[in-house]
Amino acid sequence: MSDRDGVRPGRLESETLAANFADKHPPLDRQAALVESNRCYFCFDAPCVQACPTGIDIPGFIRKIQTGNLKGSAVDILSANIMGGMCARVCPVEELCEEACVRNYGEAKPVAIGALQRYATDHLFAEGVQPFSRAAASGRTVAVVGAGPAGLSCAHRLARLGHEVVVFEAKDKAGGLNEYGIAAYKATDGFAQQEVAFILSLGGIRIETGRALGRDVTLDGLRRDYDAVFLGVGLATTAGLGLEGEDLPGVEDAVAFIERLRQAGDRRDLPVGRRVVVVGGGNTAIDAAVQSRLLGAETVTLLYRRGPEQMSATRVEQDWARTHGVTIRHWAVPTRLVARDGRLAAVACEATRLDGAGQLAGTGERFELEADQLLKAIGQKLLADPLADGSAESAEIERGKLKVDAERATSLKGVWAGGDCIAGQDLTVSAVEDGKVAALAIDRYLRG
Amino acid sequence: MADIRCEIGGIRSPNPFWLASAPPTDKQYNVERAFAAGWGGVVWKTLGEDPPVVNVSSRYGALHLGGDRMIGFNNIELITDRPLEVNLREIKQVKRNWPDRALVVSLMVPCEEESWRSILKQVEETGADGVELNFGCPHGMSERGMGSAVGQVPDYVEMVARWCKAHSRLPVLVKLTPNVTNILGPARAAVAGSADGVSLINTINSITAVDLDAMAPEPTVDGKGTHGGYCGPAVKPIALHMVAEIARDADCRGVPISGIGGISTWRDAAEFLALGASGVQVCTAAMHYGFKIVGDMIDGLSNWMDAKGYARLEDFRGKAVANLTDWQHLNLNYAIKARIDQALCIRCGLCHIACEDTSHQAITYEHAGVGPGGARRFEVVDADCVGCNLCLHACPVPDCITMERVDDGTHRDWTTHPNNPLRKQAAE
Ligand SMILES: Cc1cc2nc3c(=O)[nH]c(=O)nc-3n(C[C@H](O)[C@H](O)[C@H](O)COP(=O)(O)OP(=O)(O)OC[C@H]3O[C@@H](n4cnc5c(N)ncnc54)[C@H](O)[C@@H]3O)c2cc1C
Ligand SMILES: Cc1cc2nc3c(=O)[nH]c(=O)nc-3n(C[C@H](O)[C@H](O)[C@H](O)COP(=O)(O)O)c2cc1C
Ligand code: SF4
Ligand code: SF4
Ligand code: SF4
Repeated sequence: MSDRDGVRPGRLESETLAANFADKHPPLDRQAALVESNRCYFCFDAPCVQACPTGIDIPGFIRKIQTGNLKGSAVDILSANIMGGMCARVCPVEELCEEACVRNYGEAKPVAIGALQRYATDHLFAEGVQPFSRAAASGRTVAVVGAGPAGLSCAHRLARLGHEVVVFEAKDKAGGLNEYGIAAYKATDGFAQQEVAFILSLGGIRIETGRALGRDVTLDGLRRDYDAVFLGVGLATTAGLGLEGEDLPGVEDAVAFIERLRQAGDRRDLPVGRRVVVVGGGNTAIDAAVQSRLLGAETVTLLYRRGPEQMSATRVEQDWARTHGVTIRHWAVPTRLVARDGRLAAVACEATRLDGAGQLAGTGERFELEADQLLKAIGQKLLADPLADGSAESAEIERGKLKVDAERATSLKGVWAGGDCIAGQDLTVSAVEDGKVAALAIDRYLRG
Repeated sequence: MADIRCEIGGIRSPNPFWLASAPPTDKQYNVERAFAAGWGGVVWKTLGEDPPVVNVSSRYGALHLGGDRMIGFNNIELITDRPLEVNLREIKQVKRNWPDRALVVSLMVPCEEESWRSILKQVEETGADGVELNFGCPHGMSERGMGSAVGQVPDYVEMVARWCKAHSRLPVLVKLTPNVTNILGPARAAVAGSADGVSLINTINSITAVDLDAMAPEPTVDGKGTHGGYCGPAVKPIALHMVAEIARDADCRGVPISGIGGISTWRDAAEFLALGASGVQVCTAAMHYGFKIVGDMIDGLSNWMDAKGYARLEDFRGKAVANLTDWQHLNLNYAIKARIDQALCIRCGLCHIACEDTSHQAITYEHAGVGPGGARRFEVVDADCVGCNLCLHACPVPDCITMERVDDGTHRDWTTHPNNPLRKQAAE
């Protein structure tokens, strides 16, 4: 065994780590922003707007960048999407607004909507102003569970509408996956916390961290004590591989790995394997794989059981991983975790294909990948227990997610839900939209 | 290869591209660089009587649009601020060094016969090919009774032109100011005064912008601004119109025209020539990009002429003048309809919203579902399309919208139209 083997910290020097985890897309400067904003045609009933889950008036805000009305531009963005700053950094624009941009026709290069959105919102944040104000107090109080994108979006909109909001958050910090999950190079310089502070600066929102539904409060209790409840609890448990040896040292949940990375004071202290295998096909898998490489893993292999088209990670994200030296092996699954000296040493795999009936099946072709670390990123699940805990009635669950109607109302009267815990795209931007839509519905309900 | 040699009022140059009288032609250094780059001629920066004028600091304003810089340009400079003797010495030297190029000297002196006679004699001694009378400068000089103050009064134009013809053997071009209600007034006066040609346009009275912090017009000089002379691409349409009016005016009797105003490319130049100019002058485009642009002007013009089968400038000069007419003679039966090439269309919807909001509601919008623009479709409703061209101009994709002729080829103009109370009955 080489002394480079194993899961160990300090693989790279601090300067290299700092460079590796620098801003993925550095902000546009004024010149670049003006040139880019001039590329927007100001389309009628713009297709990009339709493709933005929060319906930001994209040609409108871009025109305001052109005219130097940066405050107006940012306010337009934030009125539709209070996390317009984070979304500008993390949205998979290549399958949202930018995919729909008419500039894709003819010249195959959309307007850089995300980068412009960041340009405008950064400007407003740098000024340190809260452009929104609160309507006259309604005398109503709403409980929000979870201080992720869905919960905070809902809370901000409710507070603007004049309601008081109390947010119960199980963790020590607010922000949800913006704080604990998003890849470090997408949200640099503590942006997640800056955004939380910006949202709270409106007033009318109190966050109680370290207070969990199911442990410190119950749904029955919240429904009794508050005028309405919004559930934005996200997803909690990660799915298991169902293989022997999953509890071996070296085998870990990708989300937990990323969370540790996001919270690390000094990234030199972070242990990472020499040879890492990541299993999964989504954002989380890509982020775990790339960040392993950036921490100094020598080889990183991403195993996905189907082809590139079926991966939920976009083409752009797959390319991003490849340019960072991640090997993507499509059509393969892990079959056995091989231990040596009580630790993970290799991952036995089998190639897969679709059988005649279109079902995924093993081909019988087997291979082994040496690995001292395996990161599982095969999806997260809703943890239903806290929602039901000790309460007389519980919200209906459908296909593993909370069931809601178009207004994000659950089956329980006075209870709304949004974000990853309901069916949908599992993106920051959709969580923000859910929170906004639910807040408007709650407002109508409270005033009804 | 087409022959692009040019002649205006007896002044010859190897190509029709001259630099207009302005900073690019203020010194031997600049002019020789211009000739080295290929310019066919220059009109030297306007000379006046000593002592020289004094210029301010902060001299230019500009209109930028979107990503495009200097689509309009303005200046509050005066004529040359160098001593007369220095300019004359350099002119003589340049003419000796570049005998094949046109070197015309621009002049502006007080409206007294003796002043003109004296300066003309001195210019003749330099060996220059001609003079251009600057009756056009709209600022600073006009307040001293020169420049456009003269150019706006046809009687003065004629008088000074006559003096110059009387006191010099040199060809005389009269540079016209556009700051008049009808360009034909001063143009006819120049012809009456026996000028050998007219140059136009000089710059247009303008304020390009207001500095909203200083609350002062730009360009701002110590907190104050003044109106300046406007030029650059934005003035080309105004210049083309004025050139064409002179070209088709019987009283101007085919006076040679040196076209000026917003010329940046060979195509612009070809348009001026097609409307009757014999050559062109350029200022702003050179001040924006330097002298090198003349390379494409020469090359582009001759390639275009070759493609069209024009051997000499005369072969197409003035060819568009015959097609310039008065509105009342336009064919009211002519009808065109907008056609959208759906294969080129990028579904931006600008044609629709322009027509829907501001014109004739002749472009429909259909859309199915969300997602990439393929589900959007824009179609012209022939019955409502009046053939105005608005959509064609708004469309960002070249040749995506074209206009198709749909009439029966008959002709009726306003002079015989039943709605015209003054129509000619006989034509019915
Ligand atoms: C690794 C990773 C990378 C990602 N990258 C991207 C990306 O680049 N772009 C993108 O758009 N999306 C990305 N996503 C998805 C995105 O982060 C989520 O869709 C989004 O955060 C969902 O917001 P949410 O508010 O529903 O849930 P969360 O962000 O998960 O927030 C839920 C909050 O509720 C709290 N909570 C949970 N249970 C309780 C309880 N019982 N009591 C009290 N509080 C509770 C949690 O602590 C958390 O703070 C990524 C996700 C992961 C995991
Ligand atoms: C800075 C500047 C100074 C000028 N000075 C003179 C001048 O001294 N005499 C003159 O006849 N025209 C002068 N002009 C006008 C130009 O010769 C020309 O008529 C005008 O700029 C229009 O051409 P353009 O659109 O190519 O610039 C000046 C123009 C500029 C921009
Ligand atoms: S589709 Fe593209 S060009 Fe059109 S408004 Fe949106 S960003 Fe601008
Ligand atoms: S030509 Fe004018 S009227 Fe016709 S469709 Fe275009 S904009 Fe409308
Ligand atoms: S303006 Fe041109 S590109 Fe845009 S929708 Fe109309 S025809 Fe298509």
